[in-house]
Amino acid sequence: MKEAVYLDARKKPFIKRLNESKYLLILFFPCFLYFLIFKYLPMFGIVISFKNYNVFKGIMDSPWVGLKYYKMFFKNPDSINIIRNTILLGIYKLVWSFPAPIAFALVLNEVANGAFKRVVQTVSYLPHFISTVIIAGMILQFTSPRNGLFNVVLMGFGLEPINFMVLPQWFRTVYIGSEIWQDIGWSAIIYLAALAGINPELYEAATVDGANKWHKMWSITIPSIAPTIVTLFILNTGKVLDIGFEKVFLLYNPAIYKTADVISTYVYRIGLQQRSFSYATAINMSQSVVSLVLVLSTNYMSRKLSETSLW
Amino acid sequence: MKIKPGMFFTVLKITFLLFICVITLYPFLHIFAVSLSNELPIMRGEVGIIPKGLNFKSYNEVLKDPQLLTSYKNTIIYVVARTMIALTVTVCGAYALTKKHMLFHRFFTLMVVFTMFFSGGMIPTYLVVQKLGLVDTRWAVILVNSVSVWYLLLMRTFFSSIPSELEDSGKIDGLNEIGILWYIILPLSKASLATIGLFYAVAMWNAFFTPFIYLNSPEKFPLQVILRQIVIANDMKATQYVGADDSAVLPEAIKYATIMVSTLPIIMVYPFIQKYFVKGVMIGSVKG
Repeated sequence: MKEAVYLDARKKPFIKRLNESKYLLILFFPCFLYFLIFKYLPMFGIVISFKNYNVFKGIMDSPWVGLKYYKMFFKNPDSINIIRNTILLGIYKLVWSFPAPIAFALVLNEVANGAFKRVVQTVSYLPHFISTVIIAGMILQFTSPRNGLFNVVLMGFGLEPINFMVLPQWFRTVYIGSEIWQDIGWSAIIYLAALAGINPELYEAATVDGANKWHKMWSITIPSIAPTIVTLFILNTGKVLDIGFEKVFLLYNPAIYKTADVISTYVYRIGLQQRSFSYATAINMSQSVVSLVLVLSTNYMSRKLSETSLW
Repeated sequence: MKIKPGMFFTVLKITFLLFICVITLYPFLHIFAVSLSNELPIMRGEVGIIPKGLNFKSYNEVLKDPQLLTSYKNTIIYVVARTMIALTVTVCGAYALTKKHMLFHRFFTLMVVFTMFFSGGMIPTYLVVQKLGLVDTRWAVILVNSVSVWYLLLMRTFFSSIPSELEDSGKIDGLNEIGILWYIILPLSKASLATIGLFYAVAMWNAFFTPFIYLNSPEKFPLQVILRQIVIANDMKATQYVGADDSAVLPEAIKYATIMVSTLPIIMVYPFIQKYFVKGVMIGSVKG
């Protein structure tokens, strides 16, 4: 019996290869199943954005409506607002919280005392391990007009307390500020790794040539970590529209929807609260497509300009 | 003492770094102080990082709350179950993906990587989970979004760095790939397993979105969902305590004590586990 399978396998390379990799395929099977069920089935579920999905009829039997929900989204006055909020938060994040860890890493790299460096680093990681719920809770408490930390400080300077989380003009500042606070230490890790990889001989040679600290920083340090910066910049640009649901959802309230409402929170309200599954999926889909285009185009541009790219 | 020209910059950079430390730690110390303080100093905004009128009333109230304790227990169940399942799937999948001669190797790799850039989104995923009958079950929390592509690729990088000669000895002894993974690769990868396991565990400990949208029954809620109710959603729960007996406890103190109770395990543990995380990030950055 075994002989027969063998002969057959030699005749058919596919069967042979299947036989050779059967244990590997068994190992990969749970992974395959996970991605199929939780990642790829939902992708096929996107068809409901082109249909008038009805829970009782199911996906297959719901009638096609073409681009109705996409048109609806782009005609809806709310849309302009949430698209603008999402893009602005993304851009501000890129402008403010992307450079912060680089600066932090550069300063930390200049510290000679190893123990001090380690303590600062470890402390700076702390917010990364704290859940978004706690972070949001802390922000809400600290910004509270009733003896919240920030307002206690403001009043200490003799200023009027500000009700931060009710005034739309404050949301972006609060969001980005806390984002920097959460991220500065953790995001610095990659830059510190890149900085540690710079050949010390370069600095020695520069010292011999009479370069000062600033010369070395601009001519050796920055160019050496530039590829890392570019790579992370591409990754972050791709995520411009990916304003995480959790933090905004936990922080916002109807009074500040004007600046705080973003695509993902809108999708949540339309889809899971109002149960307009098709419409919400169309909105979500529009965002995913734009995000994908963003990653591909920044990667393309970066490859043309600097020869650094993700693939 | 002669002041060296570099002195100014040294002072500047030390000040900057100390500033970062202070703004990172101050909120936590402040929360800790308020949670231990009397109501009057809190209301007057007098509490900085030293408790005023030291007492444990708020902790008494918080630890009496049966819902918080249930959610604590739930979180532990979810963390253990999801970490074990996700780690197993990740390890097996990542090992298979290091073997280029595997049938469909290229297809499977693409299948995994593609999900990093495109996904079905919130609603289609919800509908799939609903169709599977998993809404409002513990399985939804354990399975949905459990396996991370990023950690899978990280694990694959770990495995690729193990010299293949070690595996050859296993093959000579007649082991198949499953045996090689179990008897040869895994014993060599304990540190990596710990790293990825911790990644998963901390992610689950902090997860809010998945349990929040898939669970309806309060008795299944993990800590983070209950925390939102106490600390964020409404003050109802916190204000209930006020005036329950003569020793009034401020809602702030209750909230801050709740934050402390739920965050303390992480704060205590993170200085010891952070080096594994850092290692994970570094290895990811090499091949990422």
